[in-house]
Amino acid sequence: MREELITSGRMNPYIDPHLAVWEWQIPLYLFLGGLAAGLLFFAAYFVITGKEEKYQTTVQYGPIVAFFAIVIGLLALLADLKHLAYFWQLFMTIRIVSPMSWGAWTLTVITFVALVWIFTYLKSGFPKFGCKVSFMRSLFKIAIKETDGNKWEWKYEWIQKFETYAQEKRKSWAWLLLVLAVILGVYTGILLSAFNARPLWNTAILGPLFLTSGLSTGAALLMLMTKDHQEKISYSRIDLMLIVVELFFITHMFMGFLASSQVKVEAAHYFLGGEFTVTFWINVVILGLIIPAILEALELLKFKIPVVVPGLLILWGGLMFRFIMVEAGQLIRYLY
Amino acid sequence: MAIDTKKCVGCSDCVVACQVENNIPHGYARDWIAETVEGTYPELALEIRSERCNHCENTPCVRTCPTGASHVIEGGIVKVTHKECIGCGACIESCPYDARYFHPEGYVDKCTFCDHRVKNGQNPACVSVCPTHCMYFGDLDDPNSEVAKKVRSRKTKVLAPEAGTKPQIFYLI
Repeated sequence: MREELITSGRMNPYIDPHLAVWEWQIPLYLFLGGLAAGLLFFAAYFVITGKEEKYQTTVQYGPIVAFFAIVIGLLALLADLKHLAYFWQLFMTIRIVSPMSWGAWTLTVITFVALVWIFTYLKSGFPKFGCKVSFMRSLFKIAIKETDGNKWEWKYEWIQKFETYAQEKRKSWAWLLLVLAVILGVYTGILLSAFNARPLWNTAILGPLFLTSGLSTGAALLMLMTKDHQEKISYSRIDLMLIVVELFFITHMFMGFLASSQVKVEAAHYFLGGEFTVTFWINVVILGLIIPAILEALELLKFKIPVVVPGLLILWGGLMFRFIMVEAGQLIRYLY
Repeated sequence: MAIDTKKCVGCSDCVVACQVENNIPHGYARDWIAETVEGTYPELALEIRSERCNHCENTPCVRTCPTGASHVIEGGIVKVTHKECIGCGACIESCPYDARYFHPEGYVDKCTFCDHRVKNGQNPACVSVCPTHCMYFGDLDDPNSEVAKKVRSRKTKVLAPEAGTKPQIFYLI
């Protein structure tokens, strides 16, 4: 029997009885970051492989949603900063060894690239410049002129020139976006795995696991967004494959923990009989992975499955996965 | 730093001295007392430790800091530049000893080994007030320093060595 007590001094609600520095903001941000990474990855991928025409929703509208996901994620991140007035210090230095520094810079660059991407698709994505709200309409008119009911042009030549340039170099942008999306997706996991002090997070598999989960949630959202049947079916397939990979990674994560040092074995037991067992296996594995996988497999066997069910379940699983990992990670620490 | 667990009585004088010396806001602390009880009654073993930042040689807090606010100064003391800290909490998460906390003003704060006193040749406040003289502070690299001699001559342990941080506070056991 061993008991450890802190008898004086550290009556800090953030630290005792257990560390609770990161609340809802960080998991939400990790989820939205992963989602955006998934959306942007598929947009870039289908342009590189020349399937732009077949995957119009992915290429034209996916990045718009990704942009808003990043913005909301960043707001959540800012809400987490306790010394907010100094947040600009993030951009005064690049620290290769700090995952959070990587994240700040990657998000900045990827937001810019995504904006350029969205910009080059505005004309084809929204051919009818017909905003019904007159205020918005007059706002658009600052930069836009209507040619007839179904087409519009930029008012200024330099915008036009930049658009032509960006559209010509589309494949290069796509490669850049693809690489950045992978970095963003991996980073959401590496952010957690860089901490020696938290045994549950301190595993290298978290990077690929979070990337896969992010791609999977991205594919699920695209599956919900698209109206094209063929596009839906192919995302169903992609998601099925990603879910199998994810289950494989989760199994390996626990295998790794169980074959490691005492604290990691204890970390694994929080999920294998301990307090997170029910939450994790029901929300993340059964609802978020296995049931959608079965439904998607049935769909591929030509059963009629409403796509909204597996889609929403995957998104729910992804969100819960991040909340549980962040919460549980802070609970499990070294005892000495 | 070396702390003699056989001499420490857990009086919390070090905690109060630190709070006064460093103007720590009410309810917070840079050091604290931990008691570990092992065994089954009536065969119990008690260990009392005064704990704080271990000023590790391999510092996860400095590594994960995105702005460089956390840094190591000459002599190995780990410090935080308040004006560069954005309050993201990465260093708090990365510390196996939970030695850092959010100051009510938002930045992260921690033990500095009273470097303002050390520069003037004084001991840190906690060391200087200890009524049982259970703490020894000095340069571990200097073989003639009292702290180096203590660490050499006694059996020692460090906290959570498996976390890989190479902590620099040695508990004499």
